[in-house]
Amino acid sequence: MLVEEVMKTDVITLTAKDTIETALKLLHEHHIRHLPIVDEEKRVIGIVSDRDVRDASPSIFEKGTSPEELKNPIESIMTYPVTTVHPLDFVEEVASIFYEQEIACVPVTRNDILVGIITEKDMLYTLIQLTGTHVQSSQIEVKVINKPGILPQVTQVFGKRKVNISSVLIYPYKPDPKYKIIVVRIQTMNPLPTIEDLKSAGYEVLWPKMPGMQS
Amino acid sequence: MSCHAGFVFSDKFTTYRFRDDHPFNQMRVILTKELLENSQALLDTHLISPRYATEDELALAHSKTYLQAVQKASKGMLSEEEGMEFGIGTEDTPMFEGMHEASKLLVGSTLSAIDAVLEGHVQHALNLGGGLHHGFERKASGFCIYNDGAVGIKYIRKKYDYKVLYVDTDAHHGDGVQWAFYDDPNVCTFSIHETGRYLFPGTGNVNERGLKEGYGYSFNLPIDAFTEDGSFLHVYESALREVVEFFKPDVIVTQNGADAHFLDPLTHLSSTMKIYERIPQVAHELAHKYCDGRWIALGGGGYDIWRVVPRAWSQIWKIMLDDTPFEGNLPENWLEKWQKESPVPLPEYWHDPDGSYKPIPRRKEIEEKNEKILEKSLQLILNQKRFNNSF
Repeated sequence: MLVEEVMKTDVITLTAKDTIETALKLLHEHHIRHLPIVDEEKRVIGIVSDRDVRDASPSIFEKGTSPEELKNPIESIMTYPVTTVHPLDFVEEVASIFYEQEIACVPVTRNDILVGIITEKDMLYTLIQLTGTHVQSSQIEVKVINKPGILPQVTQVFGKRKVNISSVLIYPYKPDPKYKIIVVRIQTMNPLPTIEDLKSAGYEVLWPKMPGMQS
Repeated sequence: MSCHAGFVFSDKFTTYRFRDDHPFNQMRVILTKELLENSQALLDTHLISPRYATEDELALAHSKTYLQAVQKASKGMLSEEEGMEFGIGTEDTPMFEGMHEASKLLVGSTLSAIDAVLEGHVQHALNLGGGLHHGFERKASGFCIYNDGAVGIKYIRKKYDYKVLYVDTDAHHGDGVQWAFYDDPNVCTFSIHETGRYLFPGTGNVNERGLKEGYGYSFNLPIDAFTEDGSFLHVYESALREVVEFFKPDVIVTQNGADAHFLDPLTHLSSTMKIYERIPQVAHELAHKYCDGRWIALGGGGYDIWRVVPRAWSQIWKIMLDDTPFEGNLPENWLEKWQKESPVPLPEYWHDPDGSYKPIPRRKEIEEKNEKILEKSLQLILNQKRFNNSF
């Protein structure tokens, strides 16, 4: 999946001279956690998170004092340079960036101009889509030998029945690296005929298990 | 306690038939009716003949284009491609001749049950032909073409203006009914089911609580696979009592799928007949306490049609009549007649003997997990009690 399919294009931004107070207000009003800072050409020159803004705000215990700090320009607290991605990047790469750099948001730029934004929440939504749990389905787990060509062999069994596959995931089989687990979500309430087909084709079905069996 | 109850029945229920080897088989209604007759619990005077739902009534919960598609499919005039859009012609809900009429009868039978109760002819009514809770506004799904529960509740709202509590104890999530009333604060839905992590339809999580004005009026209890009687009944009963007290319905509609049994081929729960005695008892008690007795019970899932469904469903009727479940041996003449047809040995007793299934290794953990789910499911009610009542 490409970044351009997942990103939000309606991005709320600030300029370097805007105040921290404005940032605070925007974050609050729009229930967001990141604000890219852009120049006149919409090039990304920095980014602030809700935590940066909170750190720069007076403590809630200091009531009554005039919040002079909030009048400071946002450029005084923004982070730069900013990690950005391209609309044609893979979302998987964004996930790696989030994980490795311990950040939760990247602006998306084309020719250095801001065109969108991707946050951790968009990534999680993508994960939900990838697992196929957002459509009606039953889940089947098949243990297979870890060798080339096994996936088409297994999916061929599914193809025999008129059931639609909504997602396929492949996990390592932890107790033994010689095997893998293929997790398939199919759009049927009655997975039994498919399970029978899998078993008669010689595959071990790990789930569903019948009640009373060792789990 | 002795109550007036009506049993909606037509032998035409069996016309709702997808294919010979399809798990949804309405023979189970005939098996149940005969089991009750042989047990001297069902008399001709109890029977209510169902009517067909009208097009306008079906349109209360289904779109016109969908109804037209089903009618075309019914006459073999819908192409496979056209059917896909409406979920018909799949492995789950194949097209069959006369499917519109057969489905219309199941909805009509629920409407007959509703009228019998709400016009005061009987206190409770049972329609085992209904309970097709997966049907959507414009889509067939999970063996369900028209959603009689959703049409029935819309009908109650329109004709009688009562607040309706819908209780779904099928092992699959009651998704079609839930989504039909997701933003309606006058219809509260409560579904206990095996978690959707693996099982169809995958929904029914605790955080599905309703939308807009309907927020806080959808309750879900997704229990773990291999849940047994004790844990099932504890969370079901605790939740339902809280929900009824919170919502204060005028009428209760229950969906009584009988597929949470350890013998059911499509699910992975480990309950026995015990839950099927207690489930209707709790509904019965609460209907009298809060709704002047107004209780309409529907059928639902149930795919071991020989050993499980007839016994489970008979108990609902027995509870409606005198609140006392059947015990001891099953009537011999029923066993004799049907053993010849059944591919499996029929049970001899109303109860399942102890040790009928292998012990569940993670019982304690499953019970604890279900307990947590119960707490989460009732969170809004518990918060309200804790904080609002303290002023």
